[in-house]
This record gives sequence, C-alpha cells and structure tokens, in this order.
Amino acid sequence: MSEYNFAYLDEQTKRMIRRAILKGLAVPGYQVPFASREMPMPYGWGTGGVQVSAAVLTPDDTFKVIDQGADDTTNAVSIRRFFQKTADVAVTEATSEASVIQTRHRIPEEALRADQIIVYQVPIPEPLRFLEPRETETRKMHALEEYGLMHVKLYEDISKHGDISTSYAYPVKVEGRYVMDPSPIPKFDNPKLEMAAIQLFGAGREQRIYAIPPYTQVVSLDFEDYPFRASKADHACDLCGAEDSYLDELIVDDEGGRMFMCSDTDYCLTRRKAGHVGAQGVPYEEDAA
Amino acid sequence: MTPLLQVENVAKFYGTRIGCTDVSFDLYPGEVMGIVGESGSGKSTLLNCLAGHLAPDRGAVRFDMAVGGLSDTVTMSEPERRMLARTDWAFVHQHARDGLRMNVSAGGNVGERLMAVNARHYGEIRDKAIDWLGRVEISEDRIDDRPTAFSGGMQQRLQIARNLVTGPRLVFMDEPTGGLDVSVQARLLDLLRGLVREMGLSAIIVTHDLAVVRLLADRLMVMKDGHVIETGLTDQVLDDPQHAYTQLLVSSVLQV
Repeated sequence: MSEYNFAYLDEQTKRMIRRAILKGLAVPGYQVPFASREMPMPYGWGTGGVQVSAAVLTPDDTFKVIDQGADDTTNAVSIRRFFQKTADVAVTEATSEASVIQTRHRIPEEALRADQIIVYQVPIPEPLRFLEPRETETRKMHALEEYGLMHVKLYEDISKHGDISTSYAYPVKVEGRYVMDPSPIPKFDNPKLEMAAIQLFGAGREQRIYAIPPYTQVVSLDFEDYPFRASKADHACDLCGAEDSYLDELIVDDEGGRMFMCSDTDYCLTRRKAGHVGAQGVPYEEDAA
Repeated sequence: MTPLLQVENVAKFYGTRIGCTDVSFDLYPGEVMGIVGESGSGKSTLLNCLAGHLAPDRGAVRFDMAVGGLSDTVTMSEPERRMLARTDWAFVHQHARDGLRMNVSAGGNVGERLMAVNARHYGEIRDKAIDWLGRVEISEDRIDDRPTAFSGGMQQRLQIARNLVTGPRLVFMDEPTGGLDVSVQARLLDLLRGLVREMGLSAIIVTHDLAVVRLLADRLMVMKDGHVIETGLTDQVLDDPQHAYTQLLVSSVLQV
C-alpha cells in the first residue's frame, strides 16, 4: 500500500479532476476539459473512467466494475484489482452493495440509488464528431445550441435503413440544453439515464469529463413520426428467464445453435439464486461454479 | 422603401494590402446585383464580408431583419449572425464541395437547414427535399445518393436546393457557374433566373463571367484593386462602359 498514494493518483491531480467533475455537475451534459494523466493502461481501456473513479473513491467505498455488463471480463477484473491494490477499497460484484460503479457500455439492470455513483468510460465524448470533424466548430455548435446536424444523422439512418438504426451511443439532450453522447451504452439503457444516482463520464484520451446530476431530464433525440424506441433482442434470457433485461447473443455450436443471456451478469445470477430458470438454464447450485 | 441590405464604407485589409475598400451600396428587395472584376480585385473578399464569413475592418453592413428592421450584421452577436446565415441568408459556393456535406445523402443535405430550424417530422422533411430536388431538376430516385455520386452540375444544383429550401430572402453567390461546361452553365443560369423571379429573391452574384451578370443581374458593380470603379444598370454598364478598365473587360469577352 505505501508504494501508492491512495487510489494511484496524487492529491493535486485528484483535486483537478474533482473540480472538473463539479463543473460538469453544475452544467449537465457540458464537456469539461481536464488535464488527463497517463495511466498504467492503454487509451481505450478506460483511462478516463479510472481517473474519475480515483478522484471520487474514499476508503469507505465499495467498488464494482462492469464491462458490457459483466463483472468477470478482463477489463473489469483488471480495473477492479487495480483499485484493490492502489486504494485497498472493498470490492463487490453485487450492484446493490456497491457505492461506486465503474462501467463500460452498460447501465446495470437494477435501479441505482441516490447514495451510489456510476462512472462511465467514454471513448468519444463528442456526439457531433463524425458529422463535423473540427473541434473548434463543434464547440461553437454546443455553445450556440446548433444541433440540427445531429438530426441529419438520424435522417440518414431512416433514409438508408427505414428506421433509426443507431443502436448504441444514441444521442440525448440533457435538461433541454446540451446534446450529449451517453457513451456506447445500448439505446435500451437510454431511459435509465434519468436516475437517482450521480452519473459521471470520463474520456481519458479526449481529456473530457461530463456529468448528469440525479433526476436530470434526459431526452433521446428522435423525429415526431419516428419516435425513439429502446430496443433489445426479442427473447427472454435462456439462463434466468428474465424478459426485461438487455441480452447478449451467444453462438454455441456450428449448427446455428444460439442462446440469449443477460448481459448484466450480477442481475442474471441474482435471479438464478432466487430460483428463476430460463429455457436452457439449470437450477442454480451453490457449488456449481 | 427600406433597402434589404445597406452597405456603408466597407473595407477589409490583409495587413497593409487592400482587400476591398470604400464599398457602399443599397440592395432593394427583389433586386439582383452582380459584382464583376478580375481575380484579385477584391470581389470575393467583399462577398465574404457581406455574408459574415469575414469581419470587415471598417464600415457597416445593415440587413433588414424580420424583427427589428435594419441592423448592423458586423456588430451583432455571433448567434444572431449565424441564425441569419441559416434562415434569411443563403450562400452558394463556387465549389459545390465547400457548400455540401459530401458524406451525407442528397436528401440529408437539403434537409439539414430545415432540421437546423427545428423541423422534427421525417416525412415532411423528406417531402420538402423531394420537392426541392424536383425544382432543381434532380430526379427523386437520386434522393438517397451521396453528392459524390453526382456530376459537377448536379452538385451545384443540389447546393442551390439546399440553400433555398428555407426560403431565404438574400442569396450570396460566389461564381455559381465556375468550372461547369457551357451547356450545363446555360441550364443552371436558366434555373437560377427562374428561381429568382419566382421566389422574388434578392441576390448578390460575384463572377468574372459577364454573360452570367447580363442574364441574371439588374445592377452591376465593377471592381478593380479593391475599389469599386463603376456601377450602374447592367445593360448600361456593359453596353456603354465609362471606365477604361470596364471597357477593357467588356471588349475582352471572346466572341464565338
């Protein structure tokens, strides 16, 4: 422990990040520039999220990391171990027990509470990036609320595919002002963005932090005749039978066999422990794993 | 009658070099004014100053706003100026590539200005885009093609549709027929003339092609070395040029 300052970053850096977080919370959806540090992991692996987590963690916190909803993938495991080692915080896989949750590409199925913080890893914070490559111009567009271009993207979707085919990183308008990229969460998760917990977004390579305070209005952009729909695979989880959770599709053999299962592993396991069984599942046993 | 655009002593310098200087004129609703001159005479600089792309060093450019009457666009706030640029104004670039989004379909290009002023109904936006593509003679089945798949003339027509879809009152055109072959030019001019008459547009057209202004412009301004050297009715200036340079310009036109 003594080799590291608490949560890896030095205190000055954490103050700098906290200032950016506070500004982000004061101006919901606005991308606050911050002096992103080198972290001991490559860009694209969650350097932004890790820095935000480091700045908000306290020794009393319980930390959870998910990657695409799962607690047990490489990215999630290594970030969890990183903070175990550098901050000595308690860790958990249970959503309800965590006080800080760092996530990549998902919001947990279980509703978050007011005493929790969720930290998103963001690859590209600028929702207008692929429409207008000049950062000078996109900042001006945010400042002047010129968001017509965002709808051009949705228009293109409908004209090409007959419907809004953007299925993740679906743009939202926060509190009627800033258009924001909710990070690459599936649009299924968009309605959950209006929640009780504090939501912080960190983009390490792009050096931006933004935030959504609790109970902030978050509206997914759409057209009057093509309204926003939160979509998921039309199936129930094959392990736990849940019909309301976001599903991963898994190819299980060479004959086209496949199964759907909850992308949120904790949600799925909790349900299985409670006795729910899906079409291809087996009843949960304590020592099965 | 209130002029639509009132330009007073506009000057723009690039360091010690003159971009354009001492330009004053009034443009009335429904009027089309041509600005001619050789390259480097300051006509594009002037146009960019008028359209708010460049900030002039001196002078005032007053536009008759829908609310508030004549207001100086040089000193107004940037949001106001940009709002003008996507509602009451239109700018047709010489190179269609500068005025179009090349990776967005034709329909998206036409629809962008509508969506920028809060059109949020896909069906209506699309109907309007189809209507405008028809008006500029682009067939409906090309609506989902990207401009990269269009010929130069079609790109230019698409740019015009994209600009006129919100019903602007003043159109700035920078060499709208430059780089097109003569038969395509002729049809484009025909189209422009029809649209200008039909919509009662006011326009400022910068060109070095005297045939273009003869066809389109009511009034003509001749520029040389950043100064306006002659103004008048188009036919008057072209048929009876007074200034030595204008005489040279008019007599330089190739006769076929």
